[in-house]
Amino acid sequence: MYRNIQLYTRFERLWHWSQAGLIISMGVSGLEIHQVYHLVGFEAAVDYHTTAAWALIGLWAFAIFWHVTTGQWKQYVPTRQKLRTVAQFYVIDIFHGKAHPYERSARSKLNPLQRLAYLAFKLVMAPMLWISGLLYMFYNQWPEWGLASFLDLSVVALTHVTGALLLITFLIIHVYMATLGRTPLQHIKAMITGYEEVEAPNRQRTRGE
Amino acid sequence: MPRVLAFLILACCMILAAASASATNDFSSTADHAKFKELQKVFASGPEVTKACLSCHTEASKQLHKTTHWTWEFENPRTGQKLGKRHIMNSFCGSPLSNGPWCTTCHIGYGWEDLRKDPVGEENVDCLVCHDTTRRYRKQEGAAGHPTRDTVAQLTEIAQKVGKTNRHNCGSCHFHGGGVNGAKHGDLDNSLISPTFYLDVHMDEMGLNFPCARCHMGRSHQVQGSRYATMARDRHGIDVPGRDDGSRASCESCHGWMPHGKTKLNDHVDRIACQTCHIPAYARGNIATKMWWDWSDAGRTDESGEALSIEDPRGYEVYSSKKGSFEFVRNGRPEYRWFNGKVRYTLLADKLDDAKQPIPMNAVEGSADDPDSRIWPFKVMRGRQPYDTVFKTLLVNHIAGSEEDKTAFWRGLDFDKSLKAGTDFAGQPYSGEYGFVETTMMWPITHMVAPAEDALTCDACHSRQGRMADVGGFHMPGRDFSPVLEFIGFLLVAVVMTGVIGHAVARFVILKGKGGGDVP
Repeated sequence: MYRNIQLYTRFERLWHWSQAGLIISMGVSGLEIHQVYHLVGFEAAVDYHTTAAWALIGLWAFAIFWHVTTGQWKQYVPTRQKLRTVAQFYVIDIFHGKAHPYERSARSKLNPLQRLAYLAFKLVMAPMLWISGLLYMFYNQWPEWGLASFLDLSVVALTHVTGALLLITFLIIHVYMATLGRTPLQHIKAMITGYEEVEAPNRQRTRGE
Repeated sequence: MPRVLAFLILACCMILAAASASATNDFSSTADHAKFKELQKVFASGPEVTKACLSCHTEASKQLHKTTHWTWEFENPRTGQKLGKRHIMNSFCGSPLSNGPWCTTCHIGYGWEDLRKDPVGEENVDCLVCHDTTRRYRKQEGAAGHPTRDTVAQLTEIAQKVGKTNRHNCGSCHFHGGGVNGAKHGDLDNSLISPTFYLDVHMDEMGLNFPCARCHMGRSHQVQGSRYATMARDRHGIDVPGRDDGSRASCESCHGWMPHGKTKLNDHVDRIACQTCHIPAYARGNIATKMWWDWSDAGRTDESGEALSIEDPRGYEVYSSKKGSFEFVRNGRPEYRWFNGKVRYTLLADKLDDAKQPIPMNAVEGSADDPDSRIWPFKVMRGRQPYDTVFKTLLVNHIAGSEEDKTAFWRGLDFDKSLKAGTDFAGQPYSGEYGFVETTMMWPITHMVAPAEDALTCDACHSRQGRMADVGGFHMPGRDFSPVLEFIGFLLVAVVMTGVIGHAVARFVILKGKGGGDVP
C-alpha cells in the first residue's frame, strides 16, 4: 500500500539541483586546476571554479535562511533510532529483496544514515571546502587580515584537496544510493517532481508481496 | 590600372619617407646645431668636436665624468662590491683589463688605453656616440674609442645633426656586447633598432617608438636602470613627472601596481616580475644569442696551423680557434629565479670552490620569504673559463693585442702566454698553473616586451612540469601536491567506486538467482 506525498518543496528541489550542478562543475574545474586532466586550460578552469563558488555561496545563503526559517534544519539532527536496521538493509537485506525499513514522511524525510551523511557534508566537508577555498581565493589579503604569519598556502591547498576528495566519495555513494529505490529512477524522479510514493505507515511489508 | 598602381606605390613611398624622416629628426628642439658657428668647420678628430660641444655645453663633460659609462666603475651600495667593467669578470671575454684599446672601443670616451688608470680629459668625452642622429658615426675597433677614418671625414655633418639619443646610439655598444650582435644579453640586439609591435610593444617603430632613454632616463647624464643594482620590485609605483624621483627604469614607474583588468593577475604583481610573463622568450628578434662559450676548447688549429672558424648550417660560428666553442639560441626560454635586485659577483680576488661547479660568475640573491624578491626571468650564460688551479681564482686573459703582440691569445693562441701577460698586466697573483672551470652567468631579461596576447598563459607555470618547476620556497597551485594525499584520496575514491559497483553487481546476481523479479 503506497501513497503519494510531497517530500520536497519547490525551493528544496531548486536548491538541490542547482547545488548539484554547481558542485559538479566545481569538481570538474577543480580537478583540472589540480592538473588531473586538461579541458579548458588553467585560467578558464579557475574562472569557472571562482564563478561557480560565488554562485554556490549565494545559493547557500538562501538555503541557510530557508532551513532556519522553516525549521527544516531539524531534518539533519542525527538519531540512533533504526540506524542499525537501515545499515543492515544496505549490507544484507537488500540482497534478499527486502523493502527499505525506514518509513519516510514529510516531517522526517531522511533515514538515520542519510541524516549522518548529510550532516557530515554540511558540518565537515562543506566548511572544509568553503573555508580553505575562500582563504585560497583571498591569498593576497592574508597579510592585511593578519593570517600570513602563521598560515601556509600548502596547508590550505591540501585541506581543500582533502575536502574535495571526500566530497567526490560522498557524491559517488550518494548517486548510487539514489538508484536504490523500488525502481532506479524512483528517488531521482521524486527529487524532480517533489512527490514520492512512500509506503503507508505502520505496515511492515517485504518486496514482491 | 598600371597608373593607379604606380600612384599607390608612389604614395606608399612618400608615406614611408615621411615616417622615416620624423623618426630621425627631432623637431621639438629649439636649437638647430647646423646654424652654430662652432660647428661650421672641419674637424680632424673626435676630441675636437667635443671641444666645440663644450664651448656651449660647459658642464657636460663634468657630468659625464661622474657616470658609470665613463668610469666603468660602480660601487654596489647593497653588497659593498666594487663593480663595473674594470672590476668584474664576465663569461664572455673575461676581463677587459689588459685588453685596453680593444675593449675601450665601446667606452664613451677617446684614448683610454690603460684600464688600470682612470680615463681622463674633458675633451675625451665622446658626445657623438650617444648624440649622433645620422647613424653614420662609427668607432674604430682597437683604437680606444676613436672614430673610424671614414667617420672623421664626416664629423662636420654628424656634429651639425646631433640630437637626443635613440636606440641605435645605445645599441651601437649595448647590442654588440660579447663581440657579436645579440651575443651577450639575450634581450638586446640590433633587431631593436627598428622593432615591430610583436618584438617590443614600447619600442615598436610604427607605434610608441620609445627610445631607450624613455625608460632609462636620468638627470645630468646619470642614466637610470643599471643591471648592477636592479630594482627587482619597485615599491614606489607610478612616477609623476615633477613630483617623483624621475626614475622610469621599471615597468611600475608607468604601469603602477595594478596594471591588469583581472584581480587575480594583479594578485601576482607582488611576487612575479612583469617581465616573467610579458617576455615569454629572449632573443625574439630572429637574432641568436650566445648560451655557451667554452674557452677550454680554444686554440685548436687545422693541419697547416691556421686558425679555424666553423659555422653551423644556420651560419652561426660554433667554433673559433681564437675563442673556443659556442652554442646559440633564438627565442630562448628563460630560467626563473627569486631575485631581490642584489647580485654578487665573483671578482678576481675571490677564491673559487672548483669542486662545486658550475661557478657562478654572478649570483642573484632573493627568496620566497623576502618581500622585496620577485620571480624574474634570466638568460643563464654557461661556459668554461680559465682559472688558476693553485690559487683558485678566475684569471685575466690577455686576448686582444697588436699584430706583433704574440702574448695576446688572438695572435698567439697560447694560454700559457696570454694568461701570464693578462695577470702580469693586471697585477693579479698567478701560479702559472691553469685549468678551466664551468661557470654560469645570470642576465636578467627585461627588453623585448611582447604584446599581451603573446604573454605567458597561466598554464605555463601552473602545471606539474611548467616553467616554475624549479623555483622553490612556496606552494604553487597546479604545480605542487602531496603524493601521500593524492594516493590516499584517489585510493579512497577507487575503493568506493569498486564497492558501489560490487554492491550493484551482487544485488543483480543474487536477486536474479533467487528469481526475485524486478531488480532495481
